[in-house]
Amino acid sequence: MSGNFPWLTVLAAVPFAGALLVAAVPAGKRALAKNVALLVTLVELALAIAVTVKFSPNGDRFQLTENHTWIKQFGVHWALGVDGIGVVLILLTAVLMPVLVLASWNDADAPQVRMDGTVGDTAAPRSTHAFFALMLAVEAMVVVSFAATDIFVFYVFFEAMLIPMYFLIGGFGGAQRSYAAVKFLLYNLLGGLVMLAAVVALYVATADADLGGAGQGTFDLMRITQAVGTGELNLNPTAEKAMFLGFMFAFAVKAPLWPFHTWLPDTMTEATPGIAVLVTAMVDKVGTFAMLRYCLALFPNASKTFAPLVVTLAIIGIIYGALLAVGQTDIKRLIAYTSISHFGFIIVGIFALTSQGQSGATLYMVNHGFSTAALLLVAGFLISRRGSKTIADFGGVQKVAPLLAGTFLVAGLATLSLPGLAPFVSEFLVLVGTFSRYQAAGIVATFGIILAALYVLVLYQRTMTGPVKAGVEKIRDLNVRELVVVAPLIALLLVLGVYPKPVLDVVNPAVDDTLSQVEKTDPAPSHPIEQVAAVTPLGGNK
Amino acid sequence: MNPANYLYLAALLFTVGAAGVLLRRNAIVVFMCVELMLNATNLAFVTFARMHGNYDGQVIAFFTMVVAAAEVVVGLSIIIAIFRSRRTASVDDANLMKW
Amino acid sequence: MTQTLVSAASGALLATGEGGPGLHSVPATGVFDATWLVIALPLLGAAVLLLGGRRTNRFGHWLGTLLAVGSFFVGLALFSAMLDASDADRSVNQHLWDWVSVGSFQAEVGLHLDQLSMVFVLLITGVGSLIHIYSIGYMEHDENRRRFFAYLNLFLASMLLLVLANNYLLLYVGWEGVGLASYLLIGFWQHKPSAATAAKKAFLMNRVGDLGLAVAIFLMFTTFGTFSFDQVLSGNAQASGGTFTGIDLMLLLAACGKSAQFPLQAWLGDAMEGPTPVSALIHAATMVTAGVYLITRSAELFNASPDAQLVVTIVGAITVLFGAIVGCAKDDIKKALAASTMSQIGYMILAAGLGPIGYAFAIMHLVTHGFFKAGLFLGAGSVMHGMNDEVDMRRYGGLRKYMPITFVTFGLGYLAIIGFPLLSGYFSKDKIIEAAFAKGGTSGYVLGSVTLVAAGLTAYYMTRVMLMTFFGRERWKEAPVGAPADWHEPHPHESPKSMTLPMIVLAFGSVFAGGLFVLHDSFVNWLTPVTGFSEGDSPFSEYAVTGMAVAMVALGALVAYVQYARREVPAVAPQGSFITVAARKDLYQDAVNEGLVMRPGQYLTRMLVWLDLRGIDGFVGGLAAFIGGTSSRVRKVQTGFARSYALSMFGGTALVVAATLMARMA
Repeated sequence: MSGNFPWLTVLAAVPFAGALLVAAVPAGKRALAKNVALLVTLVELALAIAVTVKFSPNGDRFQLTENHTWIKQFGVHWALGVDGIGVVLILLTAVLMPVLVLASWNDADAPQVRMDGTVGDTAAPRSTHAFFALMLAVEAMVVVSFAATDIFVFYVFFEAMLIPMYFLIGGFGGAQRSYAAVKFLLYNLLGGLVMLAAVVALYVATADADLGGAGQGTFDLMRITQAVGTGELNLNPTAEKAMFLGFMFAFAVKAPLWPFHTWLPDTMTEATPGIAVLVTAMVDKVGTFAMLRYCLALFPNASKTFAPLVVTLAIIGIIYGALLAVGQTDIKRLIAYTSISHFGFIIVGIFALTSQGQSGATLYMVNHGFSTAALLLVAGFLISRRGSKTIADFGGVQKVAPLLAGTFLVAGLATLSLPGLAPFVSEFLVLVGTFSRYQAAGIVATFGIILAALYVLVLYQRTMTGPVKAGVEKIRDLNVRELVVVAPLIALLLVLGVYPKPVLDVVNPAVDDTLSQVEKTDPAPSHPIEQVAAVTPLGGNK
Repeated sequence: MNPANYLYLAALLFTVGAAGVLLRRNAIVVFMCVELMLNATNLAFVTFARMHGNYDGQVIAFFTMVVAAAEVVVGLSIIIAIFRSRRTASVDDANLMKW
Repeated sequence: MTQTLVSAASGALLATGEGGPGLHSVPATGVFDATWLVIALPLLGAAVLLLGGRRTNRFGHWLGTLLAVGSFFVGLALFSAMLDASDADRSVNQHLWDWVSVGSFQAEVGLHLDQLSMVFVLLITGVGSLIHIYSIGYMEHDENRRRFFAYLNLFLASMLLLVLANNYLLLYVGWEGVGLASYLLIGFWQHKPSAATAAKKAFLMNRVGDLGLAVAIFLMFTTFGTFSFDQVLSGNAQASGGTFTGIDLMLLLAACGKSAQFPLQAWLGDAMEGPTPVSALIHAATMVTAGVYLITRSAELFNASPDAQLVVTIVGAITVLFGAIVGCAKDDIKKALAASTMSQIGYMILAAGLGPIGYAFAIMHLVTHGFFKAGLFLGAGSVMHGMNDEVDMRRYGGLRKYMPITFVTFGLGYLAIIGFPLLSGYFSKDKIIEAAFAKGGTSGYVLGSVTLVAAGLTAYYMTRVMLMTFFGRERWKEAPVGAPADWHEPHPHESPKSMTLPMIVLAFGSVFAGGLFVLHDSFVNWLTPVTGFSEGDSPFSEYAVTGMAVAMVALGALVAYVQYARREVPAVAPQGSFITVAARKDLYQDAVNEGLVMRPGQYLTRMLVWLDLRGIDGFVGGLAAFIGGTSSRVRKVQTGFARSYALSMFGGTALVVAATLMARMA
């Protein structure tokens, strides 16, 4: 029975249904809407944990697969399935959502800031409902994007995500939020449009190769990758490159890769902290995830051709994002640029085409989700207390709110990849993986760790230390709800830093499979150490 | 009689109508010129039907008449509405729909 | 069974020759199973005190101290077990859990305890415990004493992890862990902007060094496919000389950052913003010596690259002189001691760069330095404690009457550091000078002379500190120039027992440790299995070197005596010569860093911020503006005149018809 249970469809359906449910709560009953939303995310978390438990790391690449015909004429199937990478990212999403709901608890209750900077008199009667319903809708779409094994299904949800995101960014947040929302939408729509052309082209190519049978094409990821592997689908090199670029462009905008990044700082600065986390920790992860799953597997040759270019852009992004973060005067904008730097690391890891790089990149997606969430949410608590996001308005917070400052420091240390905290493991893996393929790139990327220390510590010093500034003295320390938000994130950062093995064990087989699709193997050490029996008479260390 | 002569007549009528549409300001006159153009095409259609020996052209002529009738109803009512509110029947005065 | 294995092992040792005995270990059994406890105890303390919050305020300092002492006792138990074990069984390995494993990248969390790390464990937990005890008194009136002890425990755990890790990646964890603890403790008084800045500076400069360690690990991984001590340091590592040099120089960069060696030395002086026990523990006795540990631990790698070793000795030599010169001009007692620390670690790095001739002596000086420098810092803290936290030595004078215990212990530490015959520093420093000459060749002479000159300078600046603080006129009785209205004369007094006791213990160490170590060459013999040892080839006899060293010391002390005891010490620093001014400003190290790195960095950042706004975003925005502008111009065609629309329709139709006809005819 349980073998046929449509786990992934249910996983996608629950937040959708939850969104409708929240929207259906009578106007004015804000507390009820929030509680329903929280409950839905918790149910989703439980389901995600169940899926993770059901997933066996050493089994097939894709598990819990489902496949139902959707649009027969175009060979579109409602096909879902998860590999190690997908399952880990779904779990990340499910873990972060309740945290985000709790963190955004009161964000939609207050009247919104108008374009001219004034604050409205009252909040719209259903604003809270809309806020949480949209968040749940985004969660559902993110989950489908991670679980889809049909390119058409992936594309539809990848694009559909923009709609609720547009309303979340444009409806709630700072005074410039309309501008930010339109910018977000335009950039990502453009990316999606280019991808659509590539998707159609790919379908035509599969139809030419008769992959769907009866002269039809197919969108089935597994079928196509298999055909690519066996040579059944033999794209001509120019077409393959063009399609790769089409897919990659959409993901590069979403991820975002330098120089397609400029929408992110605006979005993150104007959106509420919860939505900003939603964007960087989940929605953007779909971009990097898709590079790993679609770009590499579908277009292995083009991937190899373009890898040096992508690595170069990503390295520029690492340094560029970090340098810009140093130069910011706005806390949220600073954090946004750190994310650009971190996405550079993730993309470098993917396109170094080594197992360390890709496992590291996958782990990085997870860790970055937690660390950025912690940093942004604590920063959000801080900003909402002071009513300003300018760094210069703060100073000496440590004196009045030690707990807030302490959690901020831990989150900051995670952001600068302090060993012992989770991001260190992933960053180091990415760097080692990159270094073993592109030595110079690895070294340049490593400079990112110095800059990371600079932007985090400068931010901490200016806001938290020194004498207490006027306007800061009234800042309260974290309350219980906020502690409940931050504590699990910090705990996860610690645990994954000390014992990342469970995640890596799940991710490694999928990464190995991806690399074999691209026909790349790790570079061998130049002078491996030979174990001479006489020298380790006592049998080594194990 | 050579059916081509009917075509020449149709072309002439059409040109007269088109010139009227372009040159006259009075909406009613413009309207009549439009009708003239429609009838010119009708004449052409019927002529073609005769020349090809089938009924296609005649059928289309009926359609044109129906469309023309409907157009007259809508068009005249618009002209009257404009005249009522603005006290003018000049096409050039109704120029708010710009840019 | 064991017997044959042991002989096989020693056979293997012989086979690898004297270039380096290599590192081979046995799984931990018996008492050695408790190795992890050494780290776990202070870590537990840090966790309890940080998570427990205010609830642990009442007993926090006791818990922290207890766990530090407990860790010391575990260390002692391990030490006695190691004494009982044969040479081959002294190097043990404890696997705790698999940490990161991706493809061939395998990192475990495992500990490696051998003679070298044993020395460090005892030093860290021993001095650490003493400083915990001292801090109970020193931090008594600080409202955040609990947090202080939490950080101290965190430091102990990280430092122990650093010296006990069995692979470079785990060492890196400890390496950055101590950096974090140092950051937290330097900036402990965060409300002082200077402290916060100093903390940030220390962390950043350390990160530059960490970059070196990271790249070294990358290189090891791509060259050897592993970075565990057991493999990389087994003596089987083969690679081109260039690769070894690369790895070594990267390790040296790391060492420079952590040990405040040239050119990454600038943070140490500022780090004195931290509470004095921190300066004693972290910035004198233990953390700053981690660089020496790293180089000595990686002896196998350094021995393979004479070029890298030469660079190490050069860095050491420059720092020895740099620190000594700066130390001569500082009026802030802690900064003078910090400069001295830098200089002394320069000695150790220099010795470590000499290869098997110097490794053991580097570590020996490290340990004796741990005793006397910690003692000196605690003494300085005791003086400050009695003098309203005054640090300017020109505001001291004649304090020996008021704080006799501090005077005696500080005095013994002073005699030890300048190398007064038969005290600790005499033996350890003398050995380094000998080893430097024994390197042979021109470089041997140069290095030997540098160490000799530095010995004289050390005697000079330490005598100066001693005289200005404890002898002479009681300058603190007069109000300073520009004193605030509420200035009142300090009432110097001896510190409480919890503070003097650690000072007394450390003074004992300062006096006797060196003699104990050279007795039967016990220290060198102890370390030889790990670091190797060779006599070298000294152009001078042992006695000649000793004679020269003692002469230099006497000369330095004499000059200082003439300057600061025979003459009045002015309460305000005189203008001084060009050199004095330069030394006071740390030989312009901050100006250089600012000019070379900070300013250009700031300009670059500002330029990029502009570029991002105007360039990349500007390009997209410009594109949008272009399209918008074009459309607003094109829309003017929509005039609103129905007849002009009709004309364009006719024209268009005519064009289409004409085109169709043309196509037909063609």
